[in-house]
Amino acid sequence: MTTTDAPLIEIRGLRKSYREHTVLDGLDLTLPPGVHALLGPNGAGKSTLIKILSTLLPADAGTVSVLGLDPRRDRRRLQGLITLTGQFAAVDGKLSGMENLVMIGQLFGLPAATARRRALDLLERFDLLAAKDRRAATLSGGMRRKLDIAAGLISRPRLVYLDEPTTGLDTRSRQVLWNEIGELAENGTSILLTTQYLEEADALADQIRVLHEGRIVAGGTATELKALVGGTVIRVHDQDGSVLEDVPTTGTTADLARQLAEISARRPHTTATLHRPTLDDVFLHLTGTRARSDEQSTLEHTLAAPVG
Amino acid sequence: MTLIETAGDPGTAPHHPSPDHRPAPAGAGALTGLRVLSWRSLRHSFRDPESVLMAVLLPVMMMLIFVFVLGGAVTTDGGAPSRAEYLSYVLPAIALTAAGFGASFTAVVVSNDMTTGLIDRLRTMPFPAVTLLLGHTVASMVRNLLATVVVVLVALAVGFRTEASAMQLLGSLGLIALWILVITVVFATLGMLAGSAEAASGYGFILLFLPYLSSGFAPVESMPSWLQAFAAHQPMTPLIDASRALLTGSAPGQDAVVAVLWCAGFLVLAVGVAAYVFPRRTSR
Repeated sequence: MTTTDAPLIEIRGLRKSYREHTVLDGLDLTLPPGVHALLGPNGAGKSTLIKILSTLLPADAGTVSVLGLDPRRDRRRLQGLITLTGQFAAVDGKLSGMENLVMIGQLFGLPAATARRRALDLLERFDLLAAKDRRAATLSGGMRRKLDIAAGLISRPRLVYLDEPTTGLDTRSRQVLWNEIGELAENGTSILLTTQYLEEADALADQIRVLHEGRIVAGGTATELKALVGGTVIRVHDQDGSVLEDVPTTGTTADLARQLAEISARRPHTTATLHRPTLDDVFLHLTGTRARSDEQSTLEHTLAAPVG
Repeated sequence: MTLIETAGDPGTAPHHPSPDHRPAPAGAGALTGLRVLSWRSLRHSFRDPESVLMAVLLPVMMMLIFVFVLGGAVTTDGGAPSRAEYLSYVLPAIALTAAGFGASFTAVVVSNDMTTGLIDRLRTMPFPAVTLLLGHTVASMVRNLLATVVVVLVALAVGFRTEASAMQLLGSLGLIALWILVITVVFATLGMLAGSAEAASGYGFILLFLPYLSSGFAPVESMPSWLQAFAAHQPMTPLIDASRALLTGSAPGQDAVVAVLWCAGFLVLAVGVAAYVFPRRTSR
């Protein structure tokens, strides 16, 4: 099998423990080319999996194939095809944006002139020309993270691992980075993204896998996953905001009007919101815990409808 | 467990273009890696002017203090105290102490590299990542040899004269350079083992005291007997005695051999530990 007709990633029975603590517990996963998200809370095993897939860590047991290559046996060949962007911007703070990119390019084996040309292209594409001659340490968190991703692209990798790429960024920087990642995917680069942010997986990935206690517990598109917990409901709240009931609805204006009139008659002095299932609901349904407690309602599209 | 797609099903490829046939870069060789990362480390050094200034100024100030404050009162051969003689006496110790200060910077930069995400990125790239450590070593050698040259120039300016031949001077400088290499590799290894840059610097602090507990600043015979045992048998004493002998135009005798053996031992130990730890260490 060559590296071009193989699945992106194929894993069977992957196990990894740190002393007594089992992090990956017989994980199976097959991913085609495209953009994939691994969703899970802290400690789910996401970063360990990425480290194994990117040749940083050996597995205890199981088989792993990335682009048709074994991360241990074909280490150096695979390293030419992948790039890793970790949770912290892996750029050299004392070097300028340009120097960082050229250094990474040269370490990938590019001639200096090629590395400089590609570096300039990337700085332009990522709107980082202001960082060209500035030391990375003086850049904002968002710019550093963009520089980090740009550095990984100088080798034109086939597969990019993004390990929680927007952790710690403000909403605006996160949105900017999402746009860049989206463009990267449109250009044909495959991406494996790990995230705790549910809306990030929803916005970026074709396919989402939910990782819980070292195993994949569900997989599919965001829509398919949300369907696991039912359809849209009208959520009825009392004056304290407590949920009184969920009333299923088709979501059409006619059905909403009919249902609201019925609720209003039955429960005066209540409020209602239109609640569509979120990935957080899915996560709660699958694992019994929330992915991130501070983001429970980010995707919730609400319709405030005072009733009665 | 809920799985929408069957385990093992490769799934349907989404709208993205299929993987292309762009050639994968082969990765840098060891020499290119060493050149690129030495350049990086040297830039670090010279973009941190305070560190370079301290690495040069501190030994110069130490030398001036020892020579002008103590030099008039200390005798190293039982004769009358002489600042010029004491200058020749302490010069190797000052150069080796300077090397210790300069090399301790290596522990900090290596620790910084190991505790940020950069090391993970480098270790997923197709080049020998150990050149990262070698690059720091080259930069440390350059920094410390620069400091040594400045110390010698200041020594000449304040009256140091020698009848040593060029070969003897080169031999003396060679021993100092060998110690710079040893202590740099030791500090680089400490930088890898330590949990933080501060800890890395602290662990190495004890090494900085070795020249004071040797024949570097006063004859071993002048020390209390319990200290003589340590001072006579620690690596700095033969290293300093051999370097001093060569610097003043005398034969180093067996001291040079003992000094080189000590250095080789330290190097083998530090490189062995580094070779074991480095491949196992990802960012902490």
